[in-house]
Amino acid sequence: MQPLAVTHLTSVNALGIGCAATYAALRRRQTGLIPNNFTADPLETWIGRVAAVEERPLSKAVGHFDCRNNRLAHMALAADDFAPAVADARGRYGPGRIGVFIGTSTGGILETELGYRGRPSPHATLPPSVQIRYQHNLFSVVDFTRAFLGLWGPAAAVSTACSSSAKAFVHASRCIAAGLCDAAVVGGVDSLCYTTLYGFHSLQLLSPEPCRPFDAHRSGISIGEAASFALVERAGPSAADAEIVLLGYGESSDAHHMASPDPNGAGARSAMAAALSRGGLRPSDIDYIVLHGTATQMNDEVEDLAIAGLFGHGVPASSIKGWTGHTLGAAGMMNALAAVCALSGHLLPGTLNTSVVDPRVRIDVLLQNAERQAERVLVNAFGFGGSNCSLIFGRC
Amino acid sequence: MLNFAIEGIGVCGPGLDGWPGTAAVLRGEGPYVFAPMRNPAPAVLAPGERRRASLAVRLAIEVACQAAAAGGAAPAELIALFASADGDPDTIHSICCAVAEPGYPVSPTRFHNSVHNAPAGYWSIAVGSRKPSSSICAYDDSFAVALLDAAVQAAVEQERVLLVASDVASPPPLDLDRPGVAPFGCALLVAPAAPGNARALRLNFVPGAAPMQWPLDLPQALRDNPAARGLAVLAALALPRPGMIRLPYGPDAHLEFGFEQ
Repeated sequence: MQPLAVTHLTSVNALGIGCAATYAALRRRQTGLIPNNFTADPLETWIGRVAAVEERPLSKAVGHFDCRNNRLAHMALAADDFAPAVADARGRYGPGRIGVFIGTSTGGILETELGYRGRPSPHATLPPSVQIRYQHNLFSVVDFTRAFLGLWGPAAAVSTACSSSAKAFVHASRCIAAGLCDAAVVGGVDSLCYTTLYGFHSLQLLSPEPCRPFDAHRSGISIGEAASFALVERAGPSAADAEIVLLGYGESSDAHHMASPDPNGAGARSAMAAALSRGGLRPSDIDYIVLHGTATQMNDEVEDLAIAGLFGHGVPASSIKGWTGHTLGAAGMMNALAAVCALSGHLLPGTLNTSVVDPRVRIDVLLQNAERQAERVLVNAFGFGGSNCSLIFGRC
Repeated sequence: MLNFAIEGIGVCGPGLDGWPGTAAVLRGEGPYVFAPMRNPAPAVLAPGERRRASLAVRLAIEVACQAAAAGGAAPAELIALFASADGDPDTIHSICCAVAEPGYPVSPTRFHNSVHNAPAGYWSIAVGSRKPSSSICAYDDSFAVALLDAAVQAAVEQERVLLVASDVASPPPLDLDRPGVAPFGCALLVAPAAPGNARALRLNFVPGAAPMQWPLDLPQALRDNPAARGLAVLAALALPRPGMIRLPYGPDAHLEFGFEQ
């Protein structure tokens, strides 16, 4: 495929507002996870919560979109000079030539949940504060982002559980390759809510401690929230200066089970192999892997199997979930941010909270931060329903 | 401009069941008669899954199977793209009820079934497909967005893409936006256009708003279903006419769709 220039980034997550806050926390090995203080009743787990979202309502002009998910999106779009960078691209290409593809799994369901929780009886209607189209619906965050940035090119909410925002890059990449747009805003936005906290609790996948990916004593996930965006452009003279390019993508389905990965890792492996093939790369061209690394027993075991089968041992690999938590629909985009940190920030973040790597693991799990520059980074994101997506980012 | 071919079609909705009968209605060979949708029970699902799966999942898989079979395609060899505005609102409702109860008794099965890509997951398991799939949402314009995305994917990857658009009614109190909507699903097997194919279709993304133009006098309960907007395209396939069909794509753009000249 034609490489796609990644010309601007922004992020809001448990590590702070703006990419610099994330990179600084990665460098200092300072987690964003805190004991759960989100749910009305105690639930013993740690969360990656963005501070002060409650104090940042949307402005009146876009007030109908006001919900936690869109507030996160707004905080990210307003950070890192992202909106001016998009405005510049809009000037170069036109508002109809820029796509918006955002991965989300939660949408604005939190406000719907709160509406249900506040009902006087199980047959009562929802309060007028609950807006299906502008808050609850998965497309709401795309609708909001287009309105906020003044864009009307091709657009979709991509919702494939925890691979959503990795796949948002794929949809954008194809749309640009087909000539339908020249640039795209790619995002991942997911917010804390009762559905995911109690849903993963019901599956007994929530860790009572900060998550420890690939640790011998790992005990499940910590859930986080995040909004991260990238501006991607067709590489060429019209594109803004870029240090980073998307070199390849790969997708596959497990065809195994709705909630647990194929134990032989075939689906994950074929997504990674497809990404290499699209980028015209060999496994030896990859010098760092950002793991999906959720810290459930099964997910880490299968990811290890899939990577070891394709790459063998020796490519440093790490998970950032110990910093931000598993940001679900935003996880692929957060991993892309970690890839950028390694490609242009001279930092391969180690795997925070993990002290003893599971002895059964064959891949080279990086525990301590490594101060060096990567050239080509593979990013993984796998989700419920057996949805696998891998991306490869490189330096220009 | 994108060129592609449609090699198979699936339809299931109120008064519409399967492509041959739907095409006849769209050609005006018989009246449209509203009748409740047949309860879809796709044979490709294992008997247990067929019993347990939600209507949203069964409807999507039903029309997917119809379109794949009509195109003579092995389902496991198709890229799949699922589009829905509201996903599985029955499952989402039951989880919202559970998180409003003491003890938060969320069912683990309902939780993993609540993901927007549940139809894609069940489809890949049922037919044994390891091919890529995606699941998207664009509220009222979910069909148009999926049509463009499928045409893009077929052109860029040079592979056939099984597009599935479906929506079911939301139970109260989630039915605020579409009270009384009828369920509807349709599927198109989208194939890359071979050079010189006289039956190739073309699709353009065009600036400017366009109103939804319904091919038939359909009941409001069906018009309120975002997937039913696909009927505008199905009508063009049933009865090819010169000129282009328009489909709204957000407030500032639309798609133009028609046969290549």
